[in-house]
Amino acid sequence: MADLSVTIAGVPFKNPVIAASGCFGFGLEYEDFFPLEALGGVSLKGTTLEARAGNRPPRIAETPAGMLNSVGLQNPGIDAFLREELPKIAGRDVVRIANIAGRSPAEYRELAERLRGAAVDLIEVNISCPNVREGGAAFGATCEGAVSVVREVKKAAGQPVVVKLTPAAADIAEIARAVESEGADAVSLINTLLGMRIDLESRRPVLRNNFGGLSGPALLPVALRMVWQVSHAVKIPVIGMGGVSSGRDAVEMFLAGASAVQVGAALFRDPFAPVKIIGEMNAWCDTHGVEYVRDLRGAASLWEDDPDWRLL
Amino acid sequence: MFCDSYPITAYEDLGAGVYSLRVKAPQITAAAQPGQFVEIGVPGFSLRRPISLCGIDPEKGEIRLVIADRGAGTHTLSTLREGDSIDLLGPLGTGFALPEPGAHVALVGGGIGTPPLLPLAERYRETCNAILGYRGRDQVILDVDFARFCDTVVCTDDGTYGVKGTVSPALEALLQACRIDIVYACGPAPMLRAVRDLCMQYSVRAQLSLEERMACGVGACVGCAVMTEHGGVRRVRRVCKDGPVFEAADIVF
Repeated sequence: MADLSVTIAGVPFKNPVIAASGCFGFGLEYEDFFPLEALGGVSLKGTTLEARAGNRPPRIAETPAGMLNSVGLQNPGIDAFLREELPKIAGRDVVRIANIAGRSPAEYRELAERLRGAAVDLIEVNISCPNVREGGAAFGATCEGAVSVVREVKKAAGQPVVVKLTPAAADIAEIARAVESEGADAVSLINTLLGMRIDLESRRPVLRNNFGGLSGPALLPVALRMVWQVSHAVKIPVIGMGGVSSGRDAVEMFLAGASAVQVGAALFRDPFAPVKIIGEMNAWCDTHGVEYVRDLRGAASLWEDDPDWRLL
Repeated sequence: MFCDSYPITAYEDLGAGVYSLRVKAPQITAAAQPGQFVEIGVPGFSLRRPISLCGIDPEKGEIRLVIADRGAGTHTLSTLREGDSIDLLGPLGTGFALPEPGAHVALVGGGIGTPPLLPLAERYRETCNAILGYRGRDQVILDVDFARFCDTVVCTDDGTYGVKGTVSPALEALLQACRIDIVYACGPAPMLRAVRDLCMQYSVRAQLSLEERMACGVGACVGCAVMTEHGGVRRVRRVCKDGPVFEAADIVF
């Protein structure tokens, strides 16, 4: 049995597998399959100041090796989150991560303020939702936008702050450096990549929102590349996500530089996916003589360039 | 809820590109209620296929799934035969409200929306009337199954089988002729709207089973949504968890 424990921003996790925000409700939907305690952490459904209806359905479309969603931050709002949802899992032995999204830096700050003293261990700041008109990925696409949000959140937050980054940024490493310099305690990446599918018969997009975020195995190589780039650009921990569906995928994320992984779309194909991934990581570590999973972090090294080979 | 691989005990081609599978899944069967569904995992596909329960047989520990071959995933499933195994997640969702046997119920099904109503026909039998609508003779499925249990009227749009026309005139005639405690309907959206309107006109309770593109099936991702309104309060509800069955009067189409 390898030691799977990791520490992110001072918060200890018994294992490095976290259920991804938006894929795990408010923590209790998968209780028939495994206890919440089996997970290292759970990132709860993205929460806004006010209740939101989200986008008109259809909101789901299948893709090769993945799926699109255009849920659009449907959630009951921070009041209901604190009053009704969070208390249900407050006593559970799992790292609780609140995921927040706002229309303005001031809204993000207010959300962080509301979470002061709440039973959450970390705040994940979603500046990467591709499905909303205001806020979301618009903040995460530029350093100025990202910094403006993180600066306000850090003024108010009572918990360490994880900033969830979008692959839509021109240079995600630059965004990561910018939020690190504003005091972000960790980053998580990648959120979904904006995509589209069209119904051949109706000649209309499958999603009523026209576009939606791509997740699932199709994203894994993009996520690995970005985790690599970001983890080599910042000193704060990186939580890797995007298509992680097996223990091998999770190990690959670690080798690329992640300190933990989040699992999302894999749950929809297999509700046991996160616990299988934990078991597979353990087994992989054992067969490879790895005692501490955290030793795998960033353990891959790039090939050096070989200019001589190109000589004709 | 359970998620496992279960053996198929029977395959039947129902014609019209629709097939029936019986699956030995005692855990799912024991927990299942009419109106609930399962999600089928298809090798090579990222999302499960939500399929309603067309039969629940606690004695045999079997459920019956009637599936339309209308895409790559359901086509792959159509190649399964007796002895093969199938990956099921279920039972899922909130099924039909079930008044005590003896209540007079009406079932209104359209095309591939007919299967989830069959367990109701079996439960209510003599106090049940089924009205089944199809495009034409070639699309008719399960009419014999319904007729085994209850009074059944078949309607076809083109008049090639049964009564010509939609299900609406037949439903209205039934509502005029006798006291119906509740109407259950499943089918295409225009049919559901028509059923809802008629039932409101005749002040009869109706429950509709909705179809929506979904992902998790357990209420975690809120990918499937329906707008409802009750007592002047609008709420977005999850088709997979709060439904797929909803009070007709609450649904905002």
